[in-house]
Amino acid sequence: MTDRRKAQSHIDQLRLETPFHPRLQALAQQNDWYDWAGYKAPASLWDEELEYFAIRSQAALFDISPMVKYRIEGRDAEAYCNRLTLRDVAKLRVGRVHYTAWCDEEGHVLDDGTLFRLAGDRFRLCCQERHLPWLLDSAIGFDVEIAEETETLAGLAVQGPTAFAVLCSAGFEGIERLRPFDIADFQHAGGVVTISRTGFTGDLGYELFVDAGSALSLWDRLMDAGHQHGIRAIGYTALNRARIEAGFIVANADFITAEHAIRADRVRMPDEIGLGWMVDAEKGHFNGRRAILAARSGGTLQHVLVGLEIEGNVPAEHAIVYHRKKREVGLVTAAIWSPTAKRNVAIASLQRPHGDTVIDDLWVEIYALLELQYVKLMKRARIIERPFVKLARRGATPPGMS
Amino acid sequence: MTSSDAIVIGGGHNGLVAATLLARSGRKVVLLEAEGEVGGAARTHEFHPGFRVSSIAHILNRLHPDVVKAMDLQRHGLTLEGRAMASVALGDAEPVVLRGAYGEMLDGVPASEATAWKELRAQLIRYAGVLTPLLARRPPDLAGMPLSEKLALGGIGLSLRRLGREDMRDFLRMLLMNVSDVLDEHLTSDALRGLVAFDAVLGSHLGPRSPTSLVGLYYRLAGEVGGVPGGQMLPQGGMGGVVSAMAASAAEAGVAIRTGTQVARILVEKGRSVGVGLANGEELRAATIVSAINPRTTFLDLVGSRDLDTGIVRKVQNVRMKGNVAKLHLALDRVPDFSGVAPEDHKGRLVIAPSASHVERAFNPAKYGAFSPEPVMEIVLPSLSDAALAPDGACVLSANVQFAPYALKGGWNEGRPAFQKAIMAQLERHAPGIGSSVIASELLTPADIETRFQMPGGHWHHGELQPDQMLMSRPFFGAGGYDTPIDGLFLAGAGSHPGGGVSGVPGMNAARRVMAVTQ
Repeated sequence: MTDRRKAQSHIDQLRLETPFHPRLQALAQQNDWYDWAGYKAPASLWDEELEYFAIRSQAALFDISPMVKYRIEGRDAEAYCNRLTLRDVAKLRVGRVHYTAWCDEEGHVLDDGTLFRLAGDRFRLCCQERHLPWLLDSAIGFDVEIAEETETLAGLAVQGPTAFAVLCSAGFEGIERLRPFDIADFQHAGGVVTISRTGFTGDLGYELFVDAGSALSLWDRLMDAGHQHGIRAIGYTALNRARIEAGFIVANADFITAEHAIRADRVRMPDEIGLGWMVDAEKGHFNGRRAILAARSGGTLQHVLVGLEIEGNVPAEHAIVYHRKKREVGLVTAAIWSPTAKRNVAIASLQRPHGDTVIDDLWVEIYALLELQYVKLMKRARIIERPFVKLARRGATPPGMS
Repeated sequence: MTSSDAIVIGGGHNGLVAATLLARSGRKVVLLEAEGEVGGAARTHEFHPGFRVSSIAHILNRLHPDVVKAMDLQRHGLTLEGRAMASVALGDAEPVVLRGAYGEMLDGVPASEATAWKELRAQLIRYAGVLTPLLARRPPDLAGMPLSEKLALGGIGLSLRRLGREDMRDFLRMLLMNVSDVLDEHLTSDALRGLVAFDAVLGSHLGPRSPTSLVGLYYRLAGEVGGVPGGQMLPQGGMGGVVSAMAASAAEAGVAIRTGTQVARILVEKGRSVGVGLANGEELRAATIVSAINPRTTFLDLVGSRDLDTGIVRKVQNVRMKGNVAKLHLALDRVPDFSGVAPEDHKGRLVIAPSASHVERAFNPAKYGAFSPEPVMEIVLPSLSDAALAPDGACVLSANVQFAPYALKGGWNEGRPAFQKAIMAQLERHAPGIGSSVIASELLTPADIETRFQMPGGHWHHGELQPDQMLMSRPFFGAGGYDTPIDGLFLAGAGSHPGGGVSGVPGMNAARRVMAVTQ
């Protein structure tokens, strides 16, 4: 028990600073910080509108160090990850990343995240929440070592149309060969930076991982090289807009994770938050398998996550969704006016069969506060496909040098 | 590769019951026992040439009448004679003797104490009676209970109501009390309180003043022998005699018993058990696998964590099963003489537990990994009732001794001689000269019990028998109704509801469950 406690030293400090903090602090004209998983992180740095457009028109630099990271290593690492998560890890080749999720024995989602296969027997799991006790208990019966590396590994996302140009200018030779979800190691400051072609924006972009000690030199290298490509540091508000456009969900924003949910009906199965496609019933046993398959065959799934387009231009954040304007059937969990799609879009959690078989006559009730007076709007909502914004540059290999 | 309808793992008494009942339902059943003979902890073994003794369980007090009937055990050689065996509380003064079923009559106390006991005994048996059906049936299934189960549960509620308002209130008040407080409310005799307190905590990691320790007494009193609640007896031929009758019944029912057959793993395909792999590499297939061995062994060793959810592995690991009882066997050259005990009463159950406080003091060190310096114990001299167990004129002594914590500081190899010395000192105090009549001895600590009988923690019950590990939470929630998170895999051992003791109930209920959910 004491070993476990020691492995979670982050608990000792209520608000940590990331390895990039000196650089962020220098740019934080807004002084607008928020708490990201125990880290001090910028909501915005200088102008959230312009920060958003840096993602879509230039290159945005976003500190992802607070993302929780674990190293999973050992002879049974693949079998371990297969039992832990929903997707078939045997299909994940070395040098590739996939988006996945994991559940408890009730089939309720504990978190979603990305699994990096760094070597045949070495993985990195990135996610929103801390899971060390769960991962260690899951290791019983497997020849595998689990290490927390959130504090020791710094992460940076470079996202936007000029992201590739920035990395080229920074001298990462061979970066042009990375296809979406590829990973490769590059030299930096006498060490290694691991770059994956991934991101949370639905745009062309990369994520870079480096030892915390080399964090600042990596930042400077990118900023120097990116200067001519319009690189800008951004905060979460801008990133959040991009991720909604991309249709990505965020744990504890679009669904409540199983270990955080206090109320019994707030937990969600993968099929209830749009992650049912991950569930691989053929791959062998994994956590939650029995419960998920039973819920499917028993028809007991309660909710469904959908993308909505809402008439008008007022974002419907946290609005109640109605069927036939009368019956409450769900809640909007994230909504924006999408500057890129030029549509008023939302992600919503609906009670089945609404959103599943009953998909017409849906409405949202928006309370727009206009100069100390609420204007109540009942707006028609239409279920549409996610992502709301699809960009060809995201998948092009080699990417364009815009 | 051979196949059958059902494979029962473990030839302990519950495995024999489950296998027999399944075979009688028309299923082709194979029973696999790792040892050279069936019986598990309910065997009789020779510990010294000419001296035989019940290996672990030595008193029959809860063999369920439905099991006796369903297996036709009396036709197969089981005799239920001697079920009114006395219990003798060896105190510092004159012994108190409980005659009849758990002290219907009492010797050695003043009339006022006898009256108080009579009332308390009646109350305890009445309350245990409310719990008896709950301890006999499958535990209530909170999610989706069929009508028959609801009715049965309703029947228990009704029997509670039938107690009357005052009695019902007292039943509920006392349910989770400690046994010591209950005894103090009614009795004054130290020896009597000591005996009852000892009985309540025997086999568990509780002292008489630990909350909920009364439950252990209810568990005991919910048992019966030959229709007599609270009855107890020494089976002919030792506990192995009971198992022989069960094995004969199993053979007659067509169960194929394979001894010396160690199961290495349970084969699981897509969440369903499909067979077992033996230690010799052989594979046996069956649609139904019934595990009548320890639940932790079943899940962690035979199924393996890879086919289980992390949450289930956590639950399995959290089941508390660290034994606290040692078993002492003595080969004596003559019948010992316990001070103040009539010759006839030497055939009874002799309990050294001078007071409830003494039992509590004996428990205290166990909390910190040390054995009792003045242990408390339950002694029987089975060769007095069955002469075949010892040579002429000699005597066998069998004792359950506590407290002997499984995780003894320094380990049992080091601690055993000192503990045996402490036990012999206690015996000498009550039977002067017994030490000089010892020809041979065998002390089974929980560590020995673990290895010899494949019982993790050396725990009789394969899991502490306390309220948080009872009913649907036995062995853990999610495997409480004999079925498990693996389709086709069922549990049938003492680790399942209602718990340990030679009752046959887990095996019987497991077989019934299998019949209810498979063709």
